[in-house]
Amino acid sequence: MNKLKIILSGIVKNNPTFVLMLGMCPTLATTTSAVNGAGMGAATMAVLILSNIVISLIKGIIPSKVRIPAYIVVIAAFVTIVELLMKAYLPELSKSLGVFIPLIVVNCIILGRAEGFAAKNGVLDSALDGIGTGLGFTFALTLTGAVREMLGSGAIFGHKFISGDGMLIFVLAPGAFLVLGYLMVAFNKLTAKIK
Amino acid sequence: MEYVLIIISAIFVNNVVLAQFLGVCPFLGVSNKVSTSMGMGAAVVFVMTIASLVVYLLQYYVLVPLGIEYMQTIVFILVIAALVQMVEIVLKKVSPSLYQALGIFLPLITTNCAVLGVAILLVQKQYDLLQSVTYAFSTAIGFALALVIFAGLRERLELEDVPRSLRGTPIALITAGILAMAFMGFSGLV
Repeated sequence: MNKLKIILSGIVKNNPTFVLMLGMCPTLATTTSAVNGAGMGAATMAVLILSNIVISLIKGIIPSKVRIPAYIVVIAAFVTIVELLMKAYLPELSKSLGVFIPLIVVNCIILGRAEGFAAKNGVLDSALDGIGTGLGFTFALTLTGAVREMLGSGAIFGHKFISGDGMLIFVLAPGAFLVLGYLMVAFNKLTAKIK
Repeated sequence: MEYVLIIISAIFVNNVVLAQFLGVCPFLGVSNKVSTSMGMGAAVVFVMTIASLVVYLLQYYVLVPLGIEYMQTIVFILVIAALVQMVEIVLKKVSPSLYQALGIFLPLITTNCAVLGVAILLVQKQYDLLQSVTYAFSTAIGFALALVIFAGLRERLELEDVPRSLRGTPIALITAGILAMAFMGFSGLV
């Protein structure tokens, strides 16, 4: 039961995007469509799980003074792996996400979970926390991407449901801020009601 | 002319925050007051310009000759983190008054994805040394400009009666959206 709680907390109660408001740059930049959002979420989740596991494994041997640089090196190594894999197997997605794949390194969610969770907990729990937080992030990105795609180009996951163009502004930069803002309002309202 | 284009494009047309979404965290985080936003803006201008110079030299005199360009992400982030520390130490010794003004913002810059983002972008765009520094400097000016304007808007917003679920970040995001729309007006410029 406790294990399930760790996963769920990352998705709802401590949702990285809607509640903690971490990692705003990729959230805004890569959600031009649901597929891009999901791709970015999955890439971040992969790095998050792997770095959480490794950091919880090595937490005993790293002197606490140099822990932050050490964490950053671990994270950067995994980001490079994910970056190269995506370039090789998903070249189109990797092109549309562009500079934001290497920028996963400075995504505060990952360093935040490393410092806040993996450095204090066991390997299994850390992996579960990575899965939970990663799912929460992916969920938020896919939702934002889907809404922007629906409004902006009248399609969802690439399938058009109305003919003609949508409101282009939602695919462009301002739409990202507006959609995320209103989604946050909706999320606040919903969680307030549940409580 | 080429440099004028880089400058105008980086400040207005492809504004780093409002069009490219780099550095959104500090943009939302330290934009409550105009005075702090100016401090942050100045610190970013300072660090980003130096970082671009260092990163350029590193890329073309170390990584490329050794054939290890794939190490880019790891090397850049470490160098930027070290650089920020060094700037902090040097500034403390050389100019205590400037350190007082920028001091608290410097550690925050390591996690500012705009600095790493610009470093990666200037390699991707294959700029030469002078172009790289110009690009980084004007991108940072664009960041500072957006930050100060946004802080001014938020100071006003503080006095308004905002509906409860919109308070805080949501209304800030919506304001940023409208500001981004205003910046889209520059898009025909270059």
